[in-house]
Amino acid sequence: MSTTAPVGTGPRPTIVLVGHGMVGQRFLEALAERGLTATHRVVVLCEEPRPAYDRVQLTSYFAGRTPEELSVTDMEFIAEHGIELHIGDPAETVDRAARTVTARSGLTVGYDTLVLATGSFPFVPPVPGKDAEGCFVYRTIEDLLAIEEYAKARATTGAVVGGGLLGLEAAGALKGLGLTTHIVEFAPRLMPVQVDEGGGAALLRTIENMGLTVHTGTGTQEVVTGDDGAVTGMKLSDGSTVATDLVVFSAGVRPRDQLARDCGLTVGERGGISVDDQCRTVSDPQVFAIGECALASDGRVYGLVAPGYEMAETAAATIATVAATETDGVDGAAFTGADLSTKLKLLGVDVASFGDAHGAADDCLDVVYSDSRSGTYKKLVIGRNGELLGGILVGDADAYGTLRAFTGSVPPIAPEQLVLPAGAGAPVQLGPSSLPDEAIICSCHNVTKGAIRGAVTDHACTTVPEVKKCTKAGTGCGSCVKVLGQLVTSELEASGVEVDKGLCGCFPQTREELYEIVLALRIASYQQLLDRYGRDSARGGDGCEVCKPTVGSIIASLAPTIGAEGYVLDGEQAALQDTNDHFLANLQRNGSYSIVPRIPGGEITPEKLIVIGEVARDFGLYTKITGGQRIDMFGARVEQLPLIWARLVDAGFESGHAYGKSLRTVKSCVGQTWCRYGVQDSVRMAIDLELRYRGLRSPHKLKSAVSGCARECAEAQSKDFGIIATANGWNLYVGGNGGATPRHADLLAQDLSDAELIRLIDRFLMFYIRTADRLERTSTWLERIPGGLDHIRDVVVEDSLGICEELESLMTAHVAAYRDEWAETINDPEKLSRFVSFVNAPDTPDPVVGFVPERDQIKPDLPLLTIGTRPLEGSAQR
Amino acid sequence: MTLAPETTTLRIQLRPATPTTSAVSSSAVDDDWFAVCDLSMLIPGRGVAALLPDGRQAALFLDRAGRMYAIDNRDPFSGAAVLSRGLTGTHQGRPFVASPLLKQRFDLESGRCLDDDSVTVTTYEVRAR
Ligand SMILES: Cc1cc2nc3c(=O)[nH]c(=O)nc-3n(C[C@H](O)[C@H](O)[C@H](O)COP(=O)(O)OP(=O)(O)OC[C@H]3O[C@@H](n4cnc5c(N)ncnc54)[C@H](O)[C@@H]3O)c2cc1C
Ligand code: SF4
Repeated sequence: MSTTAPVGTGPRPTIVLVGHGMVGQRFLEALAERGLTATHRVVVLCEEPRPAYDRVQLTSYFAGRTPEELSVTDMEFIAEHGIELHIGDPAETVDRAARTVTARSGLTVGYDTLVLATGSFPFVPPVPGKDAEGCFVYRTIEDLLAIEEYAKARATTGAVVGGGLLGLEAAGALKGLGLTTHIVEFAPRLMPVQVDEGGGAALLRTIENMGLTVHTGTGTQEVVTGDDGAVTGMKLSDGSTVATDLVVFSAGVRPRDQLARDCGLTVGERGGISVDDQCRTVSDPQVFAIGECALASDGRVYGLVAPGYEMAETAAATIATVAATETDGVDGAAFTGADLSTKLKLLGVDVASFGDAHGAADDCLDVVYSDSRSGTYKKLVIGRNGELLGGILVGDADAYGTLRAFTGSVPPIAPEQLVLPAGAGAPVQLGPSSLPDEAIICSCHNVTKGAIRGAVTDHACTTVPEVKKCTKAGTGCGSCVKVLGQLVTSELEASGVEVDKGLCGCFPQTREELYEIVLALRIASYQQLLDRYGRDSARGGDGCEVCKPTVGSIIASLAPTIGAEGYVLDGEQAALQDTNDHFLANLQRNGSYSIVPRIPGGEITPEKLIVIGEVARDFGLYTKITGGQRIDMFGARVEQLPLIWARLVDAGFESGHAYGKSLRTVKSCVGQTWCRYGVQDSVRMAIDLELRYRGLRSPHKLKSAVSGCARECAEAQSKDFGIIATANGWNLYVGGNGGATPRHADLLAQDLSDAELIRLIDRFLMFYIRTADRLERTSTWLERIPGGLDHIRDVVVEDSLGICEELESLMTAHVAAYRDEWAETINDPEKLSRFVSFVNAPDTPDPVVGFVPERDQIKPDLPLLTIGTRPLEGSAQR
Repeated sequence: MTLAPETTTLRIQLRPATPTTSAVSSSAVDDDWFAVCDLSMLIPGRGVAALLPDGRQAALFLDRAGRMYAIDNRDPFSGAAVLSRGLTGTHQGRPFVASPLLKQRFDLESGRCLDDDSVTVTTYEVRAR
């Protein structure tokens, strides 16, 4: 136990923060930005067992984000600013007379300024059985861990009480855990606060189509339990019952103001610590309250993070002003209310509302577009003078960023054109260039269009990531990133920065454009393409090391369709391939090669394992198991490759394409066949997929995996396309990556049959091959292309571009035309003649390639690489 | 030797590009050329490696227009003898090869590394006859 001197804590006054949530952390950053961490001692009492994390993205835990990845607390920041952070130690009492706070551990800290950022707690309606085993709330990482554990161990059905924003998120999570899911909402529609009746109806249809059961206009009366005291169902007020093993209460939140009440601070009638425009409690100028626990001066409690951030800034600014000027700081920063605009993706459905969404203003009019077939509903609220007051978007919220920024002004085009879908008489695209400079683009961090333009013009930012770093725009909820990208591009173009998007010095086109040219004009010759479509300076030349393999890959991907030779060593194509593709093996640092035979799905017979062992032993190769469940053999000289492959092909092996920008492996776990948890035959699916896509040339390598159940032993979510078995079929994840920039894959579609799964992967891969840049993995591609995952889903699931048939037929052609490159090579003496170290001495091995022993195998003899590299002194002798 | 069309019997010959101080061989003398292989062994846009009598290796290339180039096969950045396996191209009108290991480019006429001024590889004169 330690005690600090109370009242007037000496030369370094003390700020105590109670609650280390999102707003609390933001407050600390705002203190640091204003230099207050240098002049003040800052003590933080944090109730949860971990420092502040991203509660807004909480649900992404179920999509694979780890608690560590959810953290928003940079521990270096905490240390650097000397902040005393007490984790897992909540404040229990405040003595305002003595100006001390006492925590559960007994720690008592004196303060000059106390800031309460205690957030909210989930409201649980007082129904019988609410505390039974199997009842949960949805607020913290610990809540999610508990739900997950319970769901996996003993639930097949789940019910969510509350059909608001959080309720739908929770329902999405339960569904993702494989539970049959119910939603019970007391109001007559879903998301009653954010959307109106029309929007609610669109949402309802879409959500029911996903297989969730929605009960609106009825309340929960009782949670029914079984003999063991665990949940078995719910009784609803309309007399019906729902059988369920698990209940998540998500019926709203209440401000956590108990600590404030106990020390006599004024709280609102319906809760919330009353504060003034400076976020100072109305009862005590030494105490502030910010975030969800505060009742703002406009009489509202804000349950969103952006207003909380604004309060954090306001409180920090006020404390800074008071410290610097010894005034009361009233003239400075103020929080007088905030915009409740939100854009969310609930269960994969875009829902946005902004401004005066419900048309509360006098004399306002609605413009509504509704299409129940596609589950789209859009409403704009227009004021008396034609100004945009607010709106609701369900199903398609692409226009959200632009529309929100126009709120309060008269848009430059007619409102109906703003809500019509593209192509339905909506010729005008409202670009961000038409926005005024003061329009707020990022509402989480309050960044205006002017500030973003400034980042480009004054701070020389040329990319979205740079602008994000410079302005913080787009680093909150992320809903503005699309508009941000458009703004950065238009600003760059306006400032005369020529953005050359060409592939290389030879071609002014992007890879995607070249793909389209090759496909449309059936051009199967690199030279023809260069001479006709290359830059003037490059025509007639030899191209370069960038475009040759890129075009080679495009031609190979499309070979059966455009009538090119499929085999990568045929004709002119031979000269386009990187050395790995040219020798059908992987070049290693000393000029030797490694060999990886295909082992589909990682399944291999003992006989084949023995063959690999014998080949490796006979040729003295170093062997290593790869991460992709196959075996790599290192140390082969060029001239040994055909001999090694003759043995491998004879034993039934084929090329594993480890050398190509093409499908590598489809990893799998043993799945249902052996594993007691498995729900599908993951090995068979992995083999089927690997054999289907083998040899497919693509902009970069492609990796895949199939897991037999949600335990995910095959790590499918780190793959370009990953498949996880469910009780009803397969979930398809795309855009995952390991390596230097890991990314968890996004769920593209759920509960697919075998045929649906394969069709969707066909389309996805072909769309990627068509539109990605050179050497762009699916993960970066997915984040780069406008519209991201939504766009990809539109194209490959909904067929919004009408190209799915073509994508499928391209893949069918590839599958039909596949031939094993190594089998072809060893049967063609002409091709075999290339596999020599020296054209004039075919039987002589390269003397630089040598090996020395290590751990019972070989390794490259590196000193050999340094011998004889001096410049030529004598002349060559005959 | 089998009967082959006449063009394929053209032999490619090499010799160091810089006349050396060596007294016995001067560039004027015809017989310091070293015959390597038939012209038909070359594919435009790709290279082959040749072993020279002194144990050195040369990387030999044919471009699209039928011109031939030869430089040292050793990649000075890695020490591996792999330049013949790189991809060739044209940069500002001049022919180059990019090392297949770490992608540095070398001018095929001067041997100069385009990505590092301080590095140059030996070049050879090439002819076919
Ligand atoms: C699943 C989910 C999804 C959401 N989605 C969105 C969204 O899309 N957009 C949006 O704007 N908002 C969203 N929100 C709301 C958003 O998370 C909150 O507005 C935000 O977290 C509020 O921040 P805060 O710091 O005020 O409160 P919190 O983040 O709740 O932090 C308060 C912290 O104080 C701690 N605490 C309480 N009492 C004490 C004490 N006595 N001593 C010490 N510590 C204490 C609590 O344990 C907690 O860690 C979502 C919330 C959830 C749960
Ligand atoms: S993912 Fe599931 S089925 Fe596959 S091994 Fe792991 S637990 Fe078993």
